[in-house]
Amino acid sequence: MTHIALPRGILIAALLLLALFPIIGTTFYLQLGAKIMIMAIFAMSLDLLVGHTGLVSLGHAAYFGIAAYALALASPKYDAANLWLTLPLAMAVAAIAALVIGFLVVRTAGVYFIMVTLAFAQMLYSVFHDTKIAGGSDGIYILVRPALTIAGLKPLDLEKPVEFYYVVLIALAAVHGFLNRVLHAPFGRALAGIRMNEARMRSIGFPVFAYKLVAFVLAGALAGLAGYLAACQFGFVNPEILAWHQSGIVLMMVILGGMGRLHGAVLGAFAYVLTQEILSSPALLGAYAKHWQLAMGGLFVIIVLVLPHGIGGFIEVTWRRFSYRHAKASGANDP
Amino acid sequence: MNVLNGLNGLNMFYLIQLLNAVQYGLLLFLLSSGLTLIFGIMGVINLAHGSFYMVGAYLAFWLTKLTGNLWLAIPLAVATSFGIGLLLETAIFSRLYQRDHLYQVLLTFGLILIFEELRSILFGDDVHGVAVPEIFNYSIPLTDILSYPAYRLFVTAVCLAIAGLLYLVIHRSRVGMMIRAGNSNREMAASLGINIPLLFALVFAFGVALAAFAGAIAAPISSVFPGMGNQILIICFVVVVIGGIGSINGALIASLAVGLADTLGKVFAAEYSGVAVYLVMAAILLWRPQGIANKV
Repeated sequence: MTHIALPRGILIAALLLLALFPIIGTTFYLQLGAKIMIMAIFAMSLDLLVGHTGLVSLGHAAYFGIAAYALALASPKYDAANLWLTLPLAMAVAAIAALVIGFLVVRTAGVYFIMVTLAFAQMLYSVFHDTKIAGGSDGIYILVRPALTIAGLKPLDLEKPVEFYYVVLIALAAVHGFLNRVLHAPFGRALAGIRMNEARMRSIGFPVFAYKLVAFVLAGALAGLAGYLAACQFGFVNPEILAWHQSGIVLMMVILGGMGRLHGAVLGAFAYVLTQEILSSPALLGAYAKHWQLAMGGLFVIIVLVLPHGIGGFIEVTWRRFSYRHAKASGANDP
Repeated sequence: MNVLNGLNGLNMFYLIQLLNAVQYGLLLFLLSSGLTLIFGIMGVINLAHGSFYMVGAYLAFWLTKLTGNLWLAIPLAVATSFGIGLLLETAIFSRLYQRDHLYQVLLTFGLILIFEELRSILFGDDVHGVAVPEIFNYSIPLTDILSYPAYRLFVTAVCLAIAGLLYLVIHRSRVGMMIRAGNSNREMAASLGINIPLLFALVFAFGVALAAFAGAIAAPISSVFPGMGNQILIICFVVVVIGGIGSINGALIASLAVGLADTLGKVFAAEYSGVAVYLVMAAILLWRPQGIANKV
């Protein structure tokens, strides 16, 4: 499976659609939209590892969560933190965590890698859960969202849902563009090579360990960006943010959208969060809504058994089949 | 004389910690031996293995309430879990053997959600205690103030017996020979006429039953609570990583090491005790990434 990019037209149309959404969206839907896009950034960062480097990490929430904690701890109690200081700080903390953990985990492969990433994420969870750092198991509040100031001006106020929505949208577009660039650069091609045949890449002379580690750190830093935005949005951070549940969910998003496609991760985030909203909505499902995890679990099982390449893969296969048939039909009509 | 008594008390304190470490380690062994066999033979990473521990514990809780007798509840819980294991293997896991680990992770993650939610529907989200059986409901006095609960010693003894039995079955019986053959080379074992689908189903169900047994027998010590399976599952992963995938002997050594690290962590750095186990794992990853028992 090589990296599949969407036609530029579809990407621009999707971006326009997201940019125009606030015209019709109420505050509730704007917040939901921002939440989905934050998860989409998170999912894209994981797809860099899972879909493009072949490293299945089951502990990616660690970097998401640690950046959220970095913001919470760096914020003044009743004042706005400076976004230009705290955002790089949070991403750097996530990147350093990914560097230390990555140095240990990247030397393993396959099932080991899955278990070890999960275990180290759980170690961070136990640190934040068992000690008094940042409120222990109760968590910590961020009462005022960080301020985005440029030369003394405040072009975007993160406290306002619409403006926060646009900040997240800009971040989403930037991360998508950045990763797209990275994956088409020699570095990204080398990662694809490692995914497909690691032994050959090594024998050609690529420093495979270093490449994987850089990918791991990059993915950690971008997950940190998502975690920072999530902490801004919810104004509250507790250990559950880096629990393995979160790691499982983001992995589900990547698969759901079809891994190895950046837009797939975005699609997966939309599909997952919207499904969760529907399954857990008392207005739609009444008393069953409380037990939405049962239906969600069942859905996971069915998707793995029935849709081996996710929704994105399913659409592509169907589209290819359709266009093949179409081409054959029109070819048969030619004299 | 006073000084001697004090020393004695301190030594007894460490003896108690050691006993706790061994008991916890052996319990981990019951879980991780099944996990490592399922990895080694079927090549399946089973996140839901911890759920089977939870199933065993809740079945023991429920059946004890029903029958009023833990000694009846445990065999019933184990038999039920064996059945659940057979059912899950034929319906779901047998389709996963040829799939990528990624999909195994997802499917078994889905199973965890299902098991947790069913637990919430059937038993609610409260912590439930299970009474220690009458015969073991006392403590063995060690000094004037320190004593050790008899039930914990009983659990340790049973786990030891099972570990020994497991060793005998795997190294001395015909079924064990087939398991070892399947573990080292699946295709070759199949071509030599071993009924692989049947062997897989039995090993899987056996692993489930072992996990459920661990949950059931530990229920009076740990009580039953939501998320209990996931908590112990991750520790079992650490055990499997340290011991090396597919190695029962490695799992035994690693279980005891992890039990000891966890207990020592709790004694010397209570707040950071959760980290001790992972530090052991980090050291092993630097030293022998393939686990202590596996070669190259």
